[in-house]
Amino acid sequence: MTETAAADFKLIVFQLKDKEYAIPVNQVRSIEKVEHITRVPRTAGFVKGVINLRGIVTPIISLRSRFNLEEAEYNEHSRVIIAVLDDMEVGLIVDSANDVIDVAFESIEPPPEVIGSEESNFIKGVTKIEKRLFILIDLERVLNPEELTAQDGRGIAG
Amino acid sequence: MEMNQYLEVFIEESKEHLQACNEQLLELEKNPEDIKIVNEIFRSAHTLKGMSATMGYEDLANLTHQMENVLDAIRNQKIKVNAEILDVVFLAVDDLEAMVQSIAEGGDGKRDVSEAVEKLMLIEKGESPAQSSARAETAAAIAEPQGLIKSTYDDFEWTVIQQSKEQGFESYEISIALRADCLLKAARVYMVFEVLEKSGEVIKATPSVEQLEEEQFDQGFSVTIVTKETIEDIRQKLLNVSEVERIEVLPLSMGNYSPQKAAKVEEAALPAAEESTEAASDMPKEEKKAPAAKQVSNKTIRVNIERLDILMNLFEELVIDRGRLEQISKELNNQELHETVEHMSRISGDLQNIILNMRMVPIETVFNRFPRMVRQLARDLNKMINLEIVGAETELDRTVIDEIGDPLVHLIRNALDHGVETPEVRKENGKSEEGNVVLKAYHSGNHVFIEIEDDGAGINKEKVIKKALKNGIITEQTASTLTDKQAYELIFASGFSTADKISDVSGRGVGLDVVKNTIESLGGSVSIDSKVGQGSIFSIQLPLTLSIISVMLIEIEKEKYAIPLSSIIETAIIRKEDILSAHNQKVIDFRGKVVPLLSLKEIFEVPSESHEDEFISVVIVRKGERMAGLVVDSFIGQQEVVLKSLGNYLTSVFAISGATILGDGQVALIVDCNALIK
Repeated sequence: MTETAAADFKLIVFQLKDKEYAIPVNQVRSIEKVEHITRVPRTAGFVKGVINLRGIVTPIISLRSRFNLEEAEYNEHSRVIIAVLDDMEVGLIVDSANDVIDVAFESIEPPPEVIGSEESNFIKGVTKIEKRLFILIDLERVLNPEELTAQDGRGIAG
Repeated sequence: MEMNQYLEVFIEESKEHLQACNEQLLELEKNPEDIKIVNEIFRSAHTLKGMSATMGYEDLANLTHQMENVLDAIRNQKIKVNAEILDVVFLAVDDLEAMVQSIAEGGDGKRDVSEAVEKLMLIEKGESPAQSSARAETAAAIAEPQGLIKSTYDDFEWTVIQQSKEQGFESYEISIALRADCLLKAARVYMVFEVLEKSGEVIKATPSVEQLEEEQFDQGFSVTIVTKETIEDIRQKLLNVSEVERIEVLPLSMGNYSPQKAAKVEEAALPAAEESTEAASDMPKEEKKAPAAKQVSNKTIRVNIERLDILMNLFEELVIDRGRLEQISKELNNQELHETVEHMSRISGDLQNIILNMRMVPIETVFNRFPRMVRQLARDLNKMINLEIVGAETELDRTVIDEIGDPLVHLIRNALDHGVETPEVRKENGKSEEGNVVLKAYHSGNHVFIEIEDDGAGINKEKVIKKALKNGIITEQTASTLTDKQAYELIFASGFSTADKISDVSGRGVGLDVVKNTIESLGGSVSIDSKVGQGSIFSIQLPLTLSIISVMLIEIEKEKYAIPLSSIIETAIIRKEDILSAHNQKVIDFRGKVVPLLSLKEIFEVPSESHEDEFISVVIVRKGERMAGLVVDSFIGQQEVVLKSLGNYLTSVFAISGATILGDGQVALIVDCNALIK
């Protein structure tokens, strides 16, 4: 890896259920409160819909649903992390987002092999700071467009 | 002078003036007697000349100058307009366009324009441009730029003269002759300068001030001054300086600007003064009037599209806050607040309309270059073509406008070259000799359609298939199963050309496949319909990537959707018992037609709180000839909305063509009726 990668980098920390996850700050454009979401019919289940983000229609996915965790009601802690990958901007709904941490690149370890749940597919690595364990998510896999299979069109014979 | 900041304006305005020249020249061809049209062209050419000289594009200025001379001769009825002359003027305009294009692409705007200049000079002399170019040399010698003024001015000086004129100052070139026995010439020069500097501002002296101070001149010198005083006052004051023998004053305007080289400055001493004043009085009056007659028709400023985007996004935030304010005002129930908010709502509504419309450009800007092109092509091909343009006012998003020009050029060329037959063939087939080409644009749904229709020979299906087989584009097997339309569309395959022989016009090694690719890259599609012997229609469908459409907002449970008004035939409320059933498909009888019913609730899988009503609301939509009734819960109303894409993540959502942001800040999805009707 390059030198810059070896230096410290910042992670945005967020919470889903009882675990803490992290995403590099350079992949995050902003963090928003959950506002009205317009459902988009016939898209994958984890796609919650779209929101109006300062004039830009932005798709929203639920990370709980994406990781196969049970859905939870949105509350005042719920946040939408607007993540940017390539030229896609997608909002991720998380239970809360309230921390930014600095980590050294060396401290990132490969994910433990025994996790074995759906979310293990989306994990890039883990890092431990003091007693807290942060799970680094792999945004590319989370946003994999191939898993966005919308069902086939159901037109009519006209 | 730093010119870069003006370059963009220069390029845009030059393009506009050239377009105006093109249009008016076409008009002139139809009405060769109309001097008004010539004046219009003259005005455009004149402005262009001034601008290019100011910007330092000499070749441009030279050619426009020569063109102007010809136009001047035409309006003074020294020469009569005919097709040859127009050909040459068009040629000159082409050269000018090429030069402006070169400048726009970062070039220096230089181009060998000798051919056009030579021909223009011949015309000016009253000879046919077709005559041998051997005489061009003499012609060139005769048609020396008129020595209207004896000083020559560089671009900067002309800019000053022009700008002071705009501020109400007049510029004069004053030639002063001192008496032959004058002893202290430098002292007289000093006195003259003192007088002049009190009256105005001296911007130039010939010879230069240094030379004058060193008495390096004979009896005469000239000074250019910018002033608000009258000529007479200045003349009187100068005559008070002793030993001044004679004074000639020549008013300056862009009209007597001739783009000469500065090298001539040296020899422009007094002996020329008399000539120049004579010439000035000979000068046609219009020449001086021309710069004053400014175009007032369209005052515009140019704004970067990105700024408009930012403005629009900011405005949408404002609209959201407006919605909140309205809510709050309702809750508080304060009369004064209520009125203020209402007023603000109305104003921001108007503002919104203005902002939304700013990005839209009528397709005219693309269409208006075609009459000229068709004229030239028709001449080249020896065909008679009547081009009709319909719907030029159809507005399209600027980004689409920028891209659509080239594909259209291709298709029009194709229609003229392969579509419309020669007059002889048309006559044999019992058609009028003149072929018709119709270029049409219109909005439909969230799309813009552009059609190019000709009444030519049509596409020969057998020939197309044969060729496609030969070129290995299709196999025998597929050939037998092709529908007419599919067969026609083979001409869009790469490496396909229906022409038996490659012509100069469309056989440039670039096929229609390029057209198809470009249109598809814009998210559009192109289709062909044709009847042998009757003509063809090429139909381009383009999305309005970011534009405003009228929609009908409807509600299904708690969800709002927008249906493009142009897809809607009408809305209806029907009784439940009027729903019929055919092949497991609910249908209704709509004005004698059987129309299938589609439940948007089912299609969009809207979480349902199912409650049955006796009446159902139906939006009757169409796709071409086909119709369908969309069952909804309720109609909200008609609204103008901005189309927004769903972004790069959700790229293909069934039956949703985009989204829009409503006044309350929520997103509503736009229903793609074309996807619902198959």
